[in-house]
Amino acid sequence: MKNAWWKVLTVVLLVYTVVMGLLGPVPRLAILNETIRNLYFHVPMWFGMTIIFTASLVNSIRYLLRPSYRLDVLAYESARTGVVMGLLGLATGSLWARYTWGTWWTPDPRLNGAAVAMLIYCAYLVLRSSIADEQQSARIGAVYNIFAFCAAIPLLFILPRLTDSLHPGAGGNPGFNYYDQAKFMRPVFYPAVFAWTLLGVWITEVTVRLALVKQKLYEKQLA
Amino acid sequence: MKNNWLNRAARRLLLALAALLLPLLPALAQQTAAAGPEMADTMRQDGKIYVVVGVILIVLVGLLAYLFSIDRKVGRLEREVRD
Repeated sequence: MKNAWWKVLTVVLLVYTVVMGLLGPVPRLAILNETIRNLYFHVPMWFGMTIIFTASLVNSIRYLLRPSYRLDVLAYESARTGVVMGLLGLATGSLWARYTWGTWWTPDPRLNGAAVAMLIYCAYLVLRSSIADEQQSARIGAVYNIFAFCAAIPLLFILPRLTDSLHPGAGGNPGFNYYDQAKFMRPVFYPAVFAWTLLGVWITEVTVRLALVKQKLYEKQLA
Repeated sequence: MKNNWLNRAARRLLLALAALLLPLLPALAQQTAAAGPEMADTMRQDGKIYVVVGVILIVLVGLLAYLFSIDRKVGRLEREVRD
């Protein structure tokens, strides 16, 4: 546990997020009521997912430039953490929608786009782990991962803004207008995004190290 | 040897949890009612939101402690493989 300072930071920021997120000041809005606090928990899932998917993409490109087992594992495990965060984002969003829009799911461009993006990334996980040959699985996985990112970004961030949507941030406006009216939420929101992203990085770091140790053990047994 | 280590880790985990949660106890106990028989007021105010905060904190701290312990186990495996 050397260089664990950022893990301590993760814990501190997450505790801060939970306490301030639940007890801090928020604007009094109709319909939303106290659920506006979900902003500190639902939205950071998507921020964190996007950042971790970007890391996955970078590692896939690096793999294709200079193949190594480490880069392949980094790309795959990052994508896995990203998918978990995305699924949590979908689940929290669905619950939030039930009590503000009145339905668990609605055929909304942003919701459907996010769901399709998740499916595209699930396909990456399946593809990467269904090819027995290690190098082939890594190469094909890396190429597909680049496609997945290129498909997911428009689905998540571009297409939903071209149409009207129940979800905030649609109709050509950046997604931030919605809480511009409550600047005092920012001292909690930005640390929350940072904290949840760091947690995703931490989980990814542990899974990557586990995969690399497994590989080393396997090599030792062969030798 | 393995058991020994696990025991030590479990003890540390418990100690860490106790260190985090015990300071809260006197704070909860000191809340005496100003009027009427209603007691332990802080935890009952504002629709008992503090209870929710407590529950979420316990879940979060528990999950983080678990992640921390997995992290350490992987670290130990790494050291074992290296030697």
